[in-house]
Amino acid sequence: MSAQSTQEQVFAKGNEAICLGAIAAGCRHYYGYPITPQNDIPEYMSARLPELGGTFLQAESEVATINFILGTAASGKRVMTSSSGPGISLMQEGLSYMAGSELPCVVVNICRSGPGLGGIAASQGDYLQAVKCGGHGGYKMPVLAPHSVEEMYSLTMLAFDLADRYRSPAMILGDAVVGQMKEPFLPTSYDPAGITQKPWATTGCAGRQPQIVKSLFLKDDAIERHNWKLWQKYEEMKAREVRHEEYRLEGARIGVVAFGTAARVVKTAVQWARAEGIAAGLLRPITLFPFPEKAIDGWARRLDHLLVVEMNTGQMVEDVRAATSAHDKIRFHGRPCAIPTPEEILKQLRTLAGRHA
Amino acid sequence: MSDVAKSPSQPAKPAKPVSKVFTRPRSLVDTANTFCPGCHHGTAHRLVAEAIDHFEVREKAVGVACVGCGVFLYDYLDVDVVEAPHGRAPAVATGVKRAQPEKFVFTYQGDGDLAAIGTSEVIHAANRGENLTVIFVNNAIYGMTGGQMAPTTLLGQRTTTSPAGRSGPNDGLPIKMAELLAGLDGVAFSARVAMSTPAQIKKARQAVRRAFETQLAGEGFSVVELLSTCPTNWGMKPQESQRYVLEEMTKVFPLGIYKDRKGTAE
Repeated sequence: MSAQSTQEQVFAKGNEAICLGAIAAGCRHYYGYPITPQNDIPEYMSARLPELGGTFLQAESEVATINFILGTAASGKRVMTSSSGPGISLMQEGLSYMAGSELPCVVVNICRSGPGLGGIAASQGDYLQAVKCGGHGGYKMPVLAPHSVEEMYSLTMLAFDLADRYRSPAMILGDAVVGQMKEPFLPTSYDPAGITQKPWATTGCAGRQPQIVKSLFLKDDAIERHNWKLWQKYEEMKAREVRHEEYRLEGARIGVVAFGTAARVVKTAVQWARAEGIAAGLLRPITLFPFPEKAIDGWARRLDHLLVVEMNTGQMVEDVRAATSAHDKIRFHGRPCAIPTPEEILKQLRTLAGRHA
Repeated sequence: MSDVAKSPSQPAKPAKPVSKVFTRPRSLVDTANTFCPGCHHGTAHRLVAEAIDHFEVREKAVGVACVGCGVFLYDYLDVDVVEAPHGRAPAVATGVKRAQPEKFVFTYQGDGDLAAIGTSEVIHAANRGENLTVIFVNNAIYGMTGGQMAPTTLLGQRTTTSPAGRSGPNDGLPIKMAELLAGLDGVAFSARVAMSTPAQIKKARQAVRRAFETQLAGEGFSVVELLSTCPTNWGMKPQESQRYVLEEMTKVFPLGIYKDRKGTAE
């Protein structure tokens, strides 16, 4: 365990910060299956959780993992798993059942390259799977995109609160860079106000009527009503839970939209552009669902150009286009399965600013 | 009714003490079930409810329902129930038991659920020696989806997806889960029983109780395979389907206790 505490500051890997955030938020159950580049998480949890009286269990597959998660979530306990692309695909069945059964959990996707076995390089290729409902039936879940080790910690705590508040799975969408890089950060203490009671949990019927956790609704129009109930929750998330960061957008003429590791690189490019007198800024979605569509529409109307930067061939850009009618201002710069450099983003910004070197 | 009304009143006899010898188990919901005539799910539910009552674990029981006709467990058993995706009940039960080790946890699964799509989950739960109980209802066919071939379908048995009868070279041979699971070190109790005669039901009741006892003693994984009828999808009358279990199924799936870590094998 290389997470070291010097007084209040912690120097840790992003993947370890996720573990620290989960433990701070009271998660004592973790199940998982090995896959690169997120193995630091199960390795950390396998050592730490037993010391805390919790449970670590390595499953025979990601299919089994998400169903261990389902059983522990139905028991009313905070529970987490982590995986990467191919493993997250195998969990989609269970995630659909958990969305339908209204069961909270936190799923971490330290995204690798795809499709298929792809590669282990950092990627943002799982954006659409994460935000558009990766399993069957049409559901949503909060998706949080950390861009620093501190956010790997704090957004994990938030993910547990959102999952419980809305009785829904919640996802941390990271990648190999934010997972593997080390940074110092000041861990904020967990606010227990985020803890939600779970009177619906299947804990044995002592002193009450038996309870059922299920996603099957056969009678009359029960499944239609259930779908509208879920929709209502997603509307509530859209109204209350949108989070984004605005970075140097004051006086900007060019806005860059990027999340996670890509946003981290864009920040450097924006600094360099500003130093050259190019009025550029960054709008960084922190929640990918709910998506900051109002903020994006506002900036799209105000600015001359909106440059979307992603580590894929163009996924979030679909949501940016859907958020605004100012389509002619939108440009896209993508590096599937590769990290864009500040230099190449700066070049894009110079072009948009009409400065051809 | 009219005969009774017309019958002359009998002289009063001294009342004999009355004792109830047969009643609905407390853990079985007082409602009509929707299973087909001659189906054994009702009997299997009753055996589970009786065992829950016997060990007085209703208030600490969490059942895990499967996908198939067994999903309606939550309508008929008066205990907390979690519904699992198809085949995943042993994994869901693992998550329940690991989070609440003090609770009594069981799954109720059919042969398509346990022996086809869920083989991985049941084998690994068994191999880890998860301290939970699996009730496995084997009727050699997919019931709810309309009578397709299952991994337990007998050779030559006609189903909607084996219209000429199950063929060994094409479809493989019936899978014997009670024997297979008994071979795993994590398994403490594994038995196969049937429900087609009163004597068989009595043995089935004992096996379910023994499986529950195994969990309550913390001995590890326990499984009871119950050979069961599906008259509707077998295309048989209820009586014929009982004969099919007795004369055909038991030849392929021999009854018996395959493992009892504490007791002695039959």
